[in-house]
Amino acid sequence: MFFLKRLLFLIPLLLVISFLAFILMRLAPGGPFDSDRAPASPEIERALRAKYHLDQPWLVQYGHFLGSLAKGDLGLSTKYRNHTVNDIIASALPVSMTLGGLAFFFALVVGIPWGVLMAIQRGQWGDYLWGLLSLLAACIPALVIGPILVLSLAVKAGWFPVALWESPLHVVLPTFTLGLLFAGKVARLVRESMTTTLQSEFITAARAKGLSESEILVKHALRIALLPVVSFAAPMLADLLTGSFVVETIFQIPGLGAFFVNSSLNRDYPLLMGLVLLYAALLLLLNLLADFLIAKLDPRVRYE
Amino acid sequence: MRFRRNKPAVISLALLASLVLLVIVWPWMASYSWETTSDAQFDPPSARHWFGTDVHGRDLLTRVMYGARVSLLVGVVGAGVAFVIGVAWGAVSGYVGGRLDGAMMRFVDILYSLPSIIFVIVLLTTLKETTTQWLTSLLGSKATSQASVLLLFAGLGAVSWLTMARIVRGQVLTLRHRAFVDASRSLGAGHARIIWRHILPNVWGIVIVYLTLTVPSVILYESFLSYLGLGIEPPMASWGSLVAEGAGQLNSVRIYWWLVVFPSAMLVSTLLALNFLGDGLRDAFDPKGQV
Repeated sequence: MFFLKRLLFLIPLLLVISFLAFILMRLAPGGPFDSDRAPASPEIERALRAKYHLDQPWLVQYGHFLGSLAKGDLGLSTKYRNHTVNDIIASALPVSMTLGGLAFFFALVVGIPWGVLMAIQRGQWGDYLWGLLSLLAACIPALVIGPILVLSLAVKAGWFPVALWESPLHVVLPTFTLGLLFAGKVARLVRESMTTTLQSEFITAARAKGLSESEILVKHALRIALLPVVSFAAPMLADLLTGSFVVETIFQIPGLGAFFVNSSLNRDYPLLMGLVLLYAALLLLLNLLADFLIAKLDPRVRYE
Repeated sequence: MRFRRNKPAVISLALLASLVLLVIVWPWMASYSWETTSDAQFDPPSARHWFGTDVHGRDLLTRVMYGARVSLLVGVVGAGVAFVIGVAWGAVSGYVGGRLDGAMMRFVDILYSLPSIIFVIVLLTTLKETTTQWLTSLLGSKATSQASVLLLFAGLGAVSWLTMARIVRGQVLTLRHRAFVDASRSLGAGHARIIWRHILPNVWGIVIVYLTLTVPSVILYESFLSYLGLGIEPPMASWGSLVAEGAGQLNSVRIYWWLVVFPSAMLVSTLLALNFLGDGLRDAFDPKGQV
């Protein structure tokens, strides 16, 4: 019931977000058709502005946006004038989602055992060694790892293609580049919360009951230790699924990340609004899911 | 005190303190200026240029020391905002619960859902004029670059506390129905006292760890903004922009490794020290740890 209410509440929330994004973009100086982006003549510009309703007051513009949104139409991009925003998202989103989903999977599958490993060796040299590595993973930007991977594994060794998005082999390097940073962060978080959890009373109780260490780890401790990871993973997944500008640029992948940056720089209002709504909807849904999961994982959590 | 017995933490603290000191006094010690170009283009590391030189023949060591200012400040500001606002927001929201919790968390959701890149672009472009004028009148000289750095801090600060608030709230939710909290409440402790004495001490661990993660992510986000041309403007430098510059020079023909290795190494070793420090602090603050 609680979650159903919050699900319904997402709709007004999304409207608020879209309105805020709308106002924010109009506050930023410049428009889609000025200076270097200017069309050939003032007449053409006037016609274009009329076509995009930019000659009308802000509130009317927002009304137009809502009107077409209700029909599921996000309008026409002002930068890529032959493409609707729906088309752009429909072609780029699957690519970003595949890459982001794989990177997310990689981050969890690598990061969680990594963190547990550090927690059970806490204070020993193994903890320091793995800790150093996890920190390296969390600190070195994709900007550096990407080119190094391309140079060593693609150009020199020739094991992987250098760039583009075609066969399954093309997926490996971008997934690793994108996922490594998050794997490192997940590992650090798991180490911390696992250490805390292993000190709590119910673990001592489980030990006293005579359960084996591995049973305690997997059945009792991990479940609670994963709570902060769940809070962290929801926004992380939303970020990953909507693409990464840097990784997409390095590997020439036709994903959504570049559109986020370019649409704000180009003041491409319709595309930007579409992307904001997409990102916001995804993020809010995932956060809701995270809250739901937390309540499922930890019987002590109550929302009332 | 427990902290002093943690050797890695104490050493890290000393290292960080000396780095800050070195960065401050470097302008008087250095034999090169951070912005003077020379003909010595892409010189590998040598006795004259310990870290080599970059594409414009500038001494990389001096640039790294100079870049440390922006990077360290960005990290401190981001972490500071995350700490103060994020913890207070998350603790109150999780502790009070109900409608206030809902409202406060939806506010976080709304800010979080606006892609931060848009936020930063709007902030940088709309306020640039006013901030420049304000700073120019304050400092007496033209202050365009200082204004953009200041706005960069504001933009990074505005987005850095959101995840912290969510994490703290999640932790507080699991704590507020625990027996020791109920016990304290039945003994007549006020809300402020319960939050401060009983709930927050159990949260510091995850807060410190997340702070040591916030510093790198803020520094990395700054490098991303600089990469887009929105952050630090050349010829100014930050570790992030130096790393980005170095990575831009990576190609299969010739590798100027020092351009990537030295800034990255400085960045990573600083973060490493921060992390050991964080670990030591975490143990020192842990209410359940042994004395």
